[in-house]
Amino acid sequence: MKKLWITLTYLVFILLLVVPIVKIFTGAWQEGWSGFIEALSRKQSLHALMMTGMIVVIVTAINTIFGVMLALYLVRATWLGRRLKQLLNSVVDLPFAVSPVIGGLMIVLMLGPSSIMGAFFEDIGFKVVYALPGMVLATLFVTFPLMVREVMPLLQEIGSQQEEAASTLGAYSWYTFWHVTWPSIRWGVIYGIVLTVARSLGEFGAVLVVSGNIMNKTQTATTLVYQDVENFNVTAANGVALVLAAFSVGLLLIMEWAKKRKEVH
Amino acid sequence: MHIEVNGLNKQFGDFQAVRDVSFEIERGHLIGLLGPSGGGKTSILRMLAGLEAPTSGDIIFHGKRVNDLPPQERGIGFVFQNYALFKHMTVYDNVAFGLKVKKQAKEQIRERVMSLVELTGLKGFEHRYPHQLSGGQRQRVAFARALAPEPQLLLLDEPFAAIDAKIRSELRTWLKEMIERLGITSIFVTHDQDEAIEVADEIMIINKGRLEQKGSPWDIYKNPQTQFVASFIGESTIVERVERLKGFENATNWPGTQALIRPEYIEIGKRSEFRLPSATMQGKVKHLHFRGSEWMVEVMVDDIKLITYRSLEKDVLQPGDEVSVLVHRAYLFNDNDSWVMENTLKEDPMPIHI
Amino acid sequence: MNAIFRSRWWSFGFRTTIMLYFVLLIVLPIIGIYTQSFELGWQPFWDSVSDPLAWRSVLLTIRLSVIATVINVLLGTMIGWVLIRYRFPGRRLLNSLVDLPFALPTAVGGLMILLLLGPNSFAGGLAEKFGIEIVFHEPAIVIAMVFVTFPFVIRAVQPLLEELDKSEEEASYTLGASKSRTFFHVIFPSMLPGILSGAMLAFSRALAEFGAVVLVAGNIPGKTLIASVYIFGEIESDNPQGAAAVSVLLLTLSFIILWAVNLVQTRRLGK
Repeated sequence: MKKLWITLTYLVFILLLVVPIVKIFTGAWQEGWSGFIEALSRKQSLHALMMTGMIVVIVTAINTIFGVMLALYLVRATWLGRRLKQLLNSVVDLPFAVSPVIGGLMIVLMLGPSSIMGAFFEDIGFKVVYALPGMVLATLFVTFPLMVREVMPLLQEIGSQQEEAASTLGAYSWYTFWHVTWPSIRWGVIYGIVLTVARSLGEFGAVLVVSGNIMNKTQTATTLVYQDVENFNVTAANGVALVLAAFSVGLLLIMEWAKKRKEVH
Repeated sequence: MHIEVNGLNKQFGDFQAVRDVSFEIERGHLIGLLGPSGGGKTSILRMLAGLEAPTSGDIIFHGKRVNDLPPQERGIGFVFQNYALFKHMTVYDNVAFGLKVKKQAKEQIRERVMSLVELTGLKGFEHRYPHQLSGGQRQRVAFARALAPEPQLLLLDEPFAAIDAKIRSELRTWLKEMIERLGITSIFVTHDQDEAIEVADEIMIINKGRLEQKGSPWDIYKNPQTQFVASFIGESTIVERVERLKGFENATNWPGTQALIRPEYIEIGKRSEFRLPSATMQGKVKHLHFRGSEWMVEVMVDDIKLITYRSLEKDVLQPGDEVSVLVHRAYLFNDNDSWVMENTLKEDPMPIHI
Repeated sequence: MNAIFRSRWWSFGFRTTIMLYFVLLIVLPIIGIYTQSFELGWQPFWDSVSDPLAWRSVLLTIRLSVIATVINVLLGTMIGWVLIRYRFPGRRLLNSLVDLPFALPTAVGGLMILLLLGPNSFAGGLAEKFGIEIVFHEPAIVIAMVFVTFPFVIRAVQPLLEELDKSEEEASYTLGASKSRTFFHVIFPSMLPGILSGAMLAFSRALAEFGAVVLVAGNIPGKTLIASVYIFGEIESDNPQGAAAVSVLLLTLSFIILWAVNLVQTRRLGK
């Protein structure tokens, strides 16, 4: 009985996860090393990877700072009423329930050229939708809960006593945060960063809608894969996908490592 | 530091944790806040520390109102119930924290920390982390950490609650000595009356957010001013219609009055053992419990159950034995008043004839 | 005194910024999409939603999501159980691999399925011989959904199984219960909340999935066009009002599920 279950588990993993990953690797080499290099060295590939990189960096930085701060407020703040805190707490999860396409649509509706705000920004020469700011916004929306949800339980677990102790010893909030709170939540934050990077690296639906997928301008790595597939250029798609997949596997390894550190502390 | 508190109130939503508490504390005194759990003791302590803002009332340190001062600027040391040691810092760093915040020179910090480490008997443990220490050691670290910035007032929240019974009494004595030596004004919270009586110069009894009584331990034991204090301090049995006991017949003058009698107010033994046998009643031993250092005796006088202690040196009683019972005094109370009543027969009834 | 004032101004500034960010990024867009779809009143909303292509796509999405969720509940319960209860070589590796679908871009996931089961592949060719069509038909959509939502049930069941006291199980044996009876009456009930909340999360994710599905579905209107792809199509063809209307339908459904998950979890914690 036990053997059967273990065999079945292995079977599911191999069919569902291992074989596809292997396929991406072999697929990218279908036309040899040169095919892979060619797919990657196209102008649009390089540009798309650069766009993805920029989005990842910007989104991760913003989401980390705001996510940690918001988690601190939602757990510790006394100036928020209990009811309001509960409400905000459930609002945090909303982006999980929103389809990325809808997330993108929201931003187009709010800030698109035909909306009031969008028109205003256009007038002052600041393009949001179909440009980098909109794509960053869309990715921020999608990744928003990741950091908050990582840090909040940690803060709840360590409790506020150590922070209170610091305050009776004369330390103000900034000093207390860096010397008392941060060391306890740091691995949670790192785990949250890894999740945010993974999600912003792979975000597709929301970015596709907001960016308009304009080649060499707003195209990201994932939307390039999509376009290549639509154009029946599967080998090229494979090349870019391989880069993304390699990053993901790397992130997965970091995730495991961060998880272990998180459990130790 | 001289401390004065006037009309302190604290409300948590619908719950009134502290009601109209006022008191004054002399410089250098060691005060015990005693009362049942959830009675508001910790809230008072936290308001003194500035960790909680009072709903109304004034807190005055050295004649200066400090209500609006944050905890950072009150010059207090706080020892938390679970110590709240910084668990990612060594003992040394924990103790040095408050000094580093004040940006003192490295050498100075080192000197102060090492002297505190020595004072608290933690020498050799400076580089350990809190999770590598025993409960008693952690308590000492918390104490040293609170003392490091030289506070004017030391606040301790249930300092011994998380320690084994055995080490607890050792630590109590240590803490009392330490505070006496440093001469620092201190307030500690406890729900254990033995602890309060043993350690404190003065006790404040807190119940349901109210300050019931403030005074020296002996004073509070001898002259409880409210029924709660009388029943909370020491052991006791409540007797209804106390006029049925010999020597307390006068109690009929106050209908609806109950009596609280402590075990040590009662004497039992053979009739011949009493100087005034006429003041005793006949009772019957119901149960005997061995309490380690003495017997606890349940004795029935008619249908009134009384509890008292008996020395192990005296003759061993058996359940069912007939004994003489003398009640020296009782603490009487009704809805509006409470007072101590002595046994009327204990005074020689007709001294002139002798 | 100066220092306090400065720190108060700072903290006030921080609070306002964070709350503003929160409201602008999350709350406002969601309110925006609801108002947009009802902007012209009920009638246009109703027209958009009652377009046969629209409601068919929503129904198709729900139907396929249910199938994917059921598959995941079965697989997830089994894998969660095996990974916690059995010790065997490679267990840790498999446990780490569970998160792969979260780490992998969904578009890459879609591409993998396309490569593996497409008409030119070995598996695709084999299936075609038997007259089963996978890619560009419903099976491919279900596979994509299963792949993307794979970790949810496993990750929800695992902590519950870890928490479960072995002595509860042993108590059941000492009382004379058989293995299967113990499983269904002692172990399964304590796994159930995890299975339920994992299933609901998987379901709402399947409803929302776009990247993996759009590449393998073929997107034939009325047949393999799922809701999120339909919304995308409406946006592309410059009909934001129609897109918003279907979005509202899908969003409301997702919110209800999210709320139900919260309910299950708070009830569990409350116990």
